Parts: sequence; structure tokens; C-alpha cells
Amino acid sequence: MAEPTVTLNVTRYRPEQDRAPTNQRYTIPYKNDWVVLDALNHIKDQMDGTLSYRWSCRMGVCGSCGMMVNGVPKLTCAAFLRDYYPQEIRVEPLVNFPIIRDLVIDMSDFLDKLKSVKPWIIRKEEKPVSQGEYRQTPAELEAYKQFTQCINCMLCYAACPVYGLEPEFLGPAAIALGYRYNLDSRDQGRDQRQGVLMSHDAIWQCTFVGECSVVCPKDVDPAAAIQRTKVDTTKEWFQSVLLPWGQK
Amino acid sequence: MSAEGGTAAVMRENDSLDLHAKDTIFGADFLADQDAVETFVKEAPGEVVQLEHWGCPWSRDPDGRVSVRSFGGMTADRTLFAADKTGFHLLHALFQTSLKYDKIVRYDECFLTSLLVDDGRVRGVTALNLYTGQVEVIAGKAVILCTGGGGRVFPFTTNAAIKTGDGMAIAYRAGVPLKDMEFVQYHPTGLPGTGILITEASRGEGGWLKNKDGYRYLQDYGLGPPTDKPTHRKMELGPRDILSRCHMQEYSKGRTFEGPYGHYVHLDLRHLGEEVINKRLPFVRELVHKYVGIDPVYEPIPVRPVVHYMMGGVSTDINARTPVEGLYAAGETACVSLNGANRLGSNSLTELLVFGSRAGRSAAEYARSQPAPQSARLSTLAADEQRRLDRQFLRKEGGRERIATIRQEMQKAMEEGAGIYRDEEKMQKTCMILRSLRERFNDIIIEDRGSIFNTEVTSALELDFMLDVAEAIANSALKRKESRGSHTRTDFPKRDDENFLKHSLAHRTADGPRIEYLPVTITRWQPEERKY
Repeated sequence: MAEPTVTLNVTRYRPEQDRAPTNQRYTIPYKNDWVVLDALNHIKDQMDGTLSYRWSCRMGVCGSCGMMVNGVPKLTCAAFLRDYYPQEIRVEPLVNFPIIRDLVIDMSDFLDKLKSVKPWIIRKEEKPVSQGEYRQTPAELEAYKQFTQCINCMLCYAACPVYGLEPEFLGPAAIALGYRYNLDSRDQGRDQRQGVLMSHDAIWQCTFVGECSVVCPKDVDPAAAIQRTKVDTTKEWFQSVLLPWGQK
Repeated sequence: MSAEGGTAAVMRENDSLDLHAKDTIFGADFLADQDAVETFVKEAPGEVVQLEHWGCPWSRDPDGRVSVRSFGGMTADRTLFAADKTGFHLLHALFQTSLKYDKIVRYDECFLTSLLVDDGRVRGVTALNLYTGQVEVIAGKAVILCTGGGGRVFPFTTNAAIKTGDGMAIAYRAGVPLKDMEFVQYHPTGLPGTGILITEASRGEGGWLKNKDGYRYLQDYGLGPPTDKPTHRKMELGPRDILSRCHMQEYSKGRTFEGPYGHYVHLDLRHLGEEVINKRLPFVRELVHKYVGIDPVYEPIPVRPVVHYMMGGVSTDINARTPVEGLYAAGETACVSLNGANRLGSNSLTELLVFGSRAGRSAAEYARSQPAPQSARLSTLAADEQRRLDRQFLRKEGGRERIATIRQEMQKAMEEGAGIYRDEEKMQKTCMILRSLRERFNDIIIEDRGSIFNTEVTSALELDFMLDVAEAIANSALKRKESRGSHTRTDFPKRDDENFLKHSLAHRTADGPRIEYLPVTITRWQPEERKY
């Protein structure tokens, strides 16, 4: 009996020779325990060394192997061939980003946005290391922990219809990471972050489609971060208008 | 970054710096430099607190202090953790905090190709900019290598794909010896096939290793008696090198399972219950569910020993200095030596915090005393490097060998000759194969002529580095005629302090590595038999 095979239909784009992205089909051996990334590695190692894509940890931590698999943003290290077999599998670069080459996208826009939300602990006064750790109860940790799980894989940006239309939108991961520090009991930098998080490019554009949370491989739930930031901000606005003497 | 278990530091009253030092030296089978160990345990608590101040989400006790848990080979609870994603959280806390400083310039996706050394001093590096395909000079008065290990020279490894020993090979080519390269740590619990790590914390929390008869076999190898609750340094909390050897012994007795990726045993967490698994080992549950398709709450996890860590690396001193002026190294890339012949779990993250910090301070101090590098001289050096890369990689013509074929043959030779159990004959053969692969490497095919994001060229550059690292490992192993820590020879089964209580130093020559030796620094702990 012939070995089973599966066909991957992969986006190719080599900016030095192609005017626009094209597709290339590769038929490879089908293995029940292979993921899409294994298939790409097989192609690169055995069939076509010119195919380019990012990958490293193959265990869902480094966040570098995100691609569109049959139109859905996925970490290819966790997308099993068996979930698509025997149909042809379409593999494309993440949408909503410029393509550098083949399956490699340009994520510099995200890195700028991440920096803009000041994703670090801000203190009015820093405690010297010699005085030991800041105390933080398990409940205080729990309050922000979910939002620390972001691996910057960009699946949420690929899924976000607002980011697709409005590249100025801060986007799910950056908002969730800014919110993460706002919720951290060690942090005192909320005032410095609110300006960016509340600007019209940011949370008010989100129409709560929730696709970002659906595709997130780490259950960060950025949609919740965005909604909660909206609620907090609205509450603060009402408080500042109704209670101008600053009771909070 | 995928390190899961935690970060060791003395944080509690019932623990002491001396105990941490002794555990580390004992675990290292007395090959650690004891001055480095003493510095390490002393500076460890401050560094983990620094990370706490930088936002690392350490797991906490009810009173708000950072929690500590037990770990293999440690006599006290001293492993801080951020659930079971400690490395990931350290990385992101550091990365996000680095964004605060405008003076830090990142060169994302620039692939390091060589060190610029002039007149015995480092002047910077050359790097292939993946976005343009150009070789760029990054001038610097000092350079710190933090490129991690090189587990990818073996077929089954917990290491990420980028762990190809680049920094080690680059320093080696610049004349820096690689120290103690024969010591390669197998982690006893990787997933068969992928090599994905199932953290030692799963044993620290009380997981059991069982053979195909459901028997906790470690009790047959002097690690018993078995207890229900984990006991420090006993049974599943024995050190990694010993647990990996026990696995191989069980395999030779026919008491392991057999699967599509070879032999394996069971790591059983079921008795811990869903609540403990969710709270302390959520990532283990996620990984096993996603990559094996089973739920560890209800089923045991198939595991086997896989290559995890290199104790050896770029030879450095206690201030992270290498013998080349201006060049520093820290973390797995470096060998201080803290880990000797076997590293204890949760010491590596602390090592990179302590010696990363020391490297930064040393390099800054050195740089202050140096004039700016001369750009004309740098341009000449960079032009040489561009010509080399063009000839060998970027514009290479012809060739018959696929990169992946040579890589796979190298990995196979390493597993056969430089794996858990070694002997003269197998190692000789591996050294010979590696020499011939070095020859064949000159005949590789590079089809990709593109300048932009050419990952075929980077694969070739990585293989080039790995071949250097593999040869250093195999030849250092061949010359060490004793068994110590992770280096186990069936033809020399005993430790031999008389002849081998010393570090190996591999120097690169055109004909392969030349091995020399360096004494071990002993301060307060005289070598004794390592028994658990």
C-alpha cells in the first residue's frame, strides 16, 4: 500500500523576484503525530531549502511560528495535520501584517505599540534590593496573572477586524500587557499608562468582536482586558465629573 | 526561555548559603570551581529579588513572600518559581523592563557570524542582517555572549531550534577555549519524539517514575526507600544524571515501554490530583494535552531522557571574562565553572542572573577604559568577513550535500558516541564521523539566492557552528578516561580524582580540537564519594 500523503498549499513571496505573493503546493508524507510545523520542516529539509518561516521552541512558548492555517491564525507547532487530513492544507502568513518573505511577517509595529503602554513596573520610589521583595498575596498575583501569559505570537492581531481596518489601533496584546501592569499590586504607574490605553486609537475602537480571545493559544483573554479597561475608565470619568473633589 | 521549573536561591531561615554551595558542589561531582559557587550562592538571593522588583510574577505564599519548592539534588526548599513557566516569565520581565531604557538598542533578527578581534582585543561583532542580507559591523568596546547552549547537536533535546551553540563556536574560533564540553546533561523526563520538557517540578511536587510493570524502579538503584511524599535528594528527587542512567539500566533489563520513538517509562502525576496539577503544574497539563493528547490528571505521561543542558562552554572566570580581552560570556554559553560535571535543576536560571549581572558590570568597567574602535580597521575586518560569507554561503556555487543530511548524521553520531553511556570505541568512531562531516560540509548545496530572510543560509551557518561544538564535545569526552557526573564511561566506570579532578579545555586547530587541562579550585569542600 502506498504511504499516505498530504498536500500543503503554501504562500510564497520573495520580494526580490515576485511582484505579489503566489502559492506553491508540496505533497509530503502524512504522519499522524505531525504538526504543520513538522510538515514545513520536512519541506525545507528534504524538498525545498528556499522556503522561509520562523520557528524555535516547537512547544508554544516562543510565539514565533504563528501562521494562517486554513484561514485561521494558529501556532503551527500546535496545529496537527490529523485535524485537516486528508484535505489540502492552506498555509499563509498571518494576515494584517506586511509580509517580509514567504511566511515571515513584519511585527515591528507591535513592538512600538508594546513600548508605548510602558510594560514595566513603575514606582514613585524604588525599594532597594537589599530590603527584599515586595509582598504580594496569591490573590493579588491572581488578579493579573492571566495577562502575563502573552507570548507575543500576534495571532490576536491577525484575528482582530479592527486592527485589519485601522492599523493605528493599539491592538489586543499591547492593551492586555498594559492592563497587566495596571493590575499588578507592585505597580504605581497607572496614570502614565491610562493616556495611551484610553486614547481613541485604543480601546474605544474595539467593538468587542472577541476573536482575539478565541484564537489566543494561552487563554490570555485580551478581549476581557479591553472591556475591563473601558469599564474602569468610564467609572473614573463619572467619578471625576460627579465627585469632583476626588472621592474614589 | 522554555525553562519551566524554577530558580534556586537561599530565601528561608531553615536554609543556608553553605548548604546551597555544598549541594551544588556535590551535584557537580566536585568539578565545580568552589570560589565561583560561593560567589553564586551569595549573590543569588539579591538577583532573584531584583527580578521580583522588575515585575517577575513569582508564585507566592499566603503571607506574600515568594514561594520556594523542592528540586532534584537540593537539601532544602529553595527553588523560586513562576508556576511552571519560570524561564518564560524571567525572559518577558527582562524584555519588557528593557523597553524602559531608550539607550538599549536591539538588533532584532541580526544573525551573529563572527567576533571582530584586532590586536588581541574584541572590537565588536559582524552580523548578517536578515532583513537585507548585508553583513553589518556592530562595533563595541566589549562584547558579552549570551547565546545559550547547543542541544541541537543531539537528535532528541528539550532545547529550542535556535540552540545551536553559535556563541560557543564563535568564541572558539576567536581563540577562546571551550571548557568541560564533555559534560552534557540528559533530563530524565522529556516527551518521546519531540523532546519537549516535562519539568522536574513535576517530581518536586511529588510525581513518580514507574517502569512498564508500574514499579517505582529508582529504589533499585540506591535512591530509596520510596515514600509517598517527596523526600529531598531521594527517589524521583535524585539528580538528573543518575536518574537518566537508571532509565537506561531499566531499558537494558527490558523493563521500559517501547513506542514509535524508542523506549520510555511513565511519569505518574495522578495521585497529586487535579487541583495541585492545575495550580502548580498547569503548563505540564497543557503541554501533555496538546502534544501527546492525554490528560495527566487521569493518565501517566510517557517520558524518556533527552539532552537538556551543557555544563561546558566558553571558558570564563568569576567575573565572566574570557581569555580574549573585552570578551565576556554568561549563562549556558559560558563555563565559569559552577556546574562542574552535572548541574542541579534550578541553578541555571540563577546562574544567568548572577553571572549575567557580573558580566554586565565587568564589561561596562572595561569599556570605560577603552578608546572607541577605529572604524577604518573595522571596515577592513568586516570586508574580510563579507568575502568569507559570500564564498562559503551567500554566493556559494555547486555542492551536492543537503544541509539536513549532514545535520542528521551529526546528531546520530553524537547520540551513539557521546550519549548517556560512552566508551572508547564508540567515541573514536563519533570523532571520525564528525571529522568527515566537517569535510563534507564544504560541499553543501545552498539553493536560496535571496538576500531577504534567507533561512537556508542561516541553517548552514548554524550547522557550521554545531559541527565545531560537536567535535569539542566528542573529543573532550574521548580524552576523559573516568566517569564523573554526566560523563559515564563503561570502560572507566569510576571517578578518578588523581588524574581527572581538572577541567578540560578544547582549543580549536585545523585538525580538530586540542585538549588541555586546568586545575579545579577547591576552597572548603574536599572531594568525597557522591552518594545520594
